[in-house]
This record gives sequence, C-alpha cells and structure tokens, in this order.
Amino acid sequence: MEFLRPVTWAEALAVKAELPEAAPIQGGTDMMVELNFDVRRPVALLDLNRVAELGRWSAEEDGRLRVGAGVTYTRVIAELGEELPGLAQAARTVGSPQIRNRGTVGGNLGAASPAGDSHPPLLAADAVVEVESAARGVRMIPAAEFYLGVKRSALEADELIRAFWTRPADGPQYFSKVGVRNAMVIAVCSFAIALHPAERRVGTGIGSAAPTPRRALAAEEFLAAELDWEAVLDGDDLLDGDAAPGGEAALAPALLRRFGELAAQAASPIDDVRGTADYRRHAIGVMARRTLTWAWNDLRSGTPDRRAD
Amino acid sequence: MRVRLTVNGRVETADDVWEGESLLYVLRERLGLPGSKNACEQGECGSCTVYLDGLPVCACLVAAGQAEGREVRTVEGLADGDRLDPVQEAFVECGAVQCGFCTPGLVVQAHDLIARVPLPSDAEIREALAGNLCRCTGYEKILDAVRLAAARRAGTSR
Repeated sequence: MEFLRPVTWAEALAVKAELPEAAPIQGGTDMMVELNFDVRRPVALLDLNRVAELGRWSAEEDGRLRVGAGVTYTRVIAELGEELPGLAQAARTVGSPQIRNRGTVGGNLGAASPAGDSHPPLLAADAVVEVESAARGVRMIPAAEFYLGVKRSALEADELIRAFWTRPADGPQYFSKVGVRNAMVIAVCSFAIALHPAERRVGTGIGSAAPTPRRALAAEEFLAAELDWEAVLDGDDLLDGDAAPGGEAALAPALLRRFGELAAQAASPIDDVRGTADYRRHAIGVMARRTLTWAWNDLRSGTPDRRAD
Repeated sequence: MRVRLTVNGRVETADDVWEGESLLYVLRERLGLPGSKNACEQGECGSCTVYLDGLPVCACLVAAGQAEGREVRTVEGLADGDRLDPVQEAFVECGAVQCGFCTPGLVVQAHDLIARVPLPSDAEIREALAGNLCRCTGYEKILDAVRLAAARRAGTSR
C-alpha cells in the first residue's frame, strides 16, 4: 500500500488521475474502520488532510456558501449552525465528539452510504456537490443526482470532492433521526425538511430508508401547493410565545397525515439489523409530520428568522 | 514508511509503519505508550481517545501517516511528572475506575471538556462522554469524578 500526501488541490487531482484506485481519506472515521477490520485493502491511501483549502468555507458572491470537503462536523455545528441549521442538527447526531472532530461532510458524500446523516439535509436544501478531475475539470452535481446506489455516487474514479454549495437557510430547517440511543448511532432512518417560504417551496430528504438518500418529491409538491403560505407570510397569523397553536395557518390534521403518507411512500426500505422496512416506513411518516410541525410553527412565530422577502 | 510526530512534547520517530496502520497502533506498539487502549477499533468505545493538534479524537481512526508532523497528547502526557492531573486524581478519589480499560479515554475526554467548559452541566458531561463506553461502573462515579475535577479546577471545591 502507498500513502500519498498531496499538499495542494492541483497535486491531489494529479495523484488521483495517475492512480484512480487510490482511496481518498479525510477524517478516516469510515475508511479506517474498513482498514482495521480487513474489509478493504486499497492500493493507496490518498490523505487529503494536508490540502488546507479543503478545510475552509466561504460566502460566495452569488449568496451561496461553499463549504470545503474537509470541514469537520464539529466546525459545521460551531461555525455554520445559523446558516445551515438542518445540516448542523444532523451533524450533532453523528457519532460522538471524537468522531465529529474528525468526520467531514465531504467524507460522508464520498462514502455515499444511504445512512449518512449529512445527506437528507443536503437534499432538502438543494445542495450541489463540486467535484473535479485533472482531465475534465469541475462538475457541479446537485445532491439529488449525486447518490446512485448503496455506497455508490456519481463521482468518477479520477475525481475528488472539493466542496458542497448551498444557500444559507431561507426558512426553517429540521432534521430528525431514529436510533437506539443519542450517540454513536447509525440511523435506522432519518428525515430532513427545509421550508423556502419566499419561493413557496419545500425541500425534503429521506435517509436510510432506500438504496440511496432521496427526496420525497410528491410530498414536497403536495406541501408547496397546500400550505397556507400567504397567512404566515403577511404576518397576520404570528404565534405569540404563549398563544395556542391554533389559528388560521395551523396545520390541518389531514394535511399533516397526507404529508406523512407521501413521505413514507417515497421510501423503499429494507429489513436489516437496524430495523424492519415496515418500521422505517412508519417512522419516516412520523418524522415527516413532526419536522413539518416544528418548521411551520417556527415560520408562524417568526423564529428563528423569517428571511422570506 | 517512517512517521515523525510529536507525542507528549517529544519528537518521536516510528519506522516500518504500514501505510494502513492506525495512530493507535503506532503509539502502543511502536512508541511504547500503551495508555491509550485498543478495544473496538471502530471509534465506538472511545478508549483510545488522544489529543491530535489539541482536539480529542479516536486514535484508532487516524491513519498513522495523517499524524506525520502533528502533535499528539496521550493520557501519559497529562500528569506533571509524579503529580497526577486533577482529572486523574478525581477519578481515583471518586472510585470511577473499576477494570480501568475505558479510563484513559474517559480521562482525556473529560480533560478536554473541563478545559473548554469550566463548570459543565450534567447534560454537557453526558454529551461529552457519549462516545466513551464503560462496562463496569455504570457511569455514576465517572460523572462524580468529572464534576469534582471541574469544581476543583474552577476553584469552587478542594
């Protein structure tokens, strides 16, 4: 085995072009488990820790955030919690503090596990993955087109993940995950929602309940059409701190139920050691209703920030 | 391959390191520092927790080559000569040690917590230690030890 240690991005791409079988390693929280347990013996490890730019994030001119593939979960939580609340919530559920100090969203994308916690919020927020090869340059791949199968992504053998791009939240975002305890849990299943009130649009992401992370498109379209956006956006229906959650724009039980059904129908889960397909479908429906309720109530109460206009 | 790194303030060199080897293996088997324990090898148990450039990580999940040129502090590096670190003292006094296997990882993780959060709440302690498994004591005495160490460090108890 070789241990390759590029220092610049250009060098990393050149190395990957020359040796496409080299396995990129970022935080190592997935790769090292496979090495320790003899599951994988790549011809080479391509250590990306020394490529300093991967550890940076920036606000770009078009208003989006560009987050380097080497930004750890700990830093997503500490530095991007306001801008990317859904992703930060998901990051808080990853492993343990020690794992979050090493693990990265870029690594999660590279592994492309259907159970990866980053994926549902990235899908819900319309994130785009920036990948690059020395031969063909940059490709911008929408998250919804990135995941192709169980641990398979649209990344070509000579490409590396450089960053992901996403707009700062323009409305409430939530993530929910089912597991047997709060720490060190691989999701039984998970769900993310992002409301985009200015566009009267909803984003969703389902985790660990299909061969790939995926959106619940019919559920999104249903909500976009049925939610009473005008009532919350013209401010008539603002919830007071202690007001009962009734009022004009409260979510009707039938709407919640239908959203849960459509979300569950979008899943195609399997029975495995972590849970049954039936349980997963049920839980996706519950989480869909729950996260929608949280998000909608935030929008109605004007918290944390109605960036709707 | 050869790996050079700083461990507990000393520059160390390990030779004949396999490219897929973990930092934990280098520390224990090549540098003679068995304090960090090797249990799950998948980041699940926290018993190999060390500082890597000041951040607690599972040494079993860091490739040895990734530690090249970097600074590692293990449980062996917490005491000041013969004087135990207050976290170590508190673990002894509170009876937070039974078989001792998880202790080094818990000590390093608790050490980091009270350096960042001087008087952590119980929820903060539980969250900080969520990645460290103990199968003997049932955690209560471990929580006692962290509270005691924090209080002493903050000067609110002796």
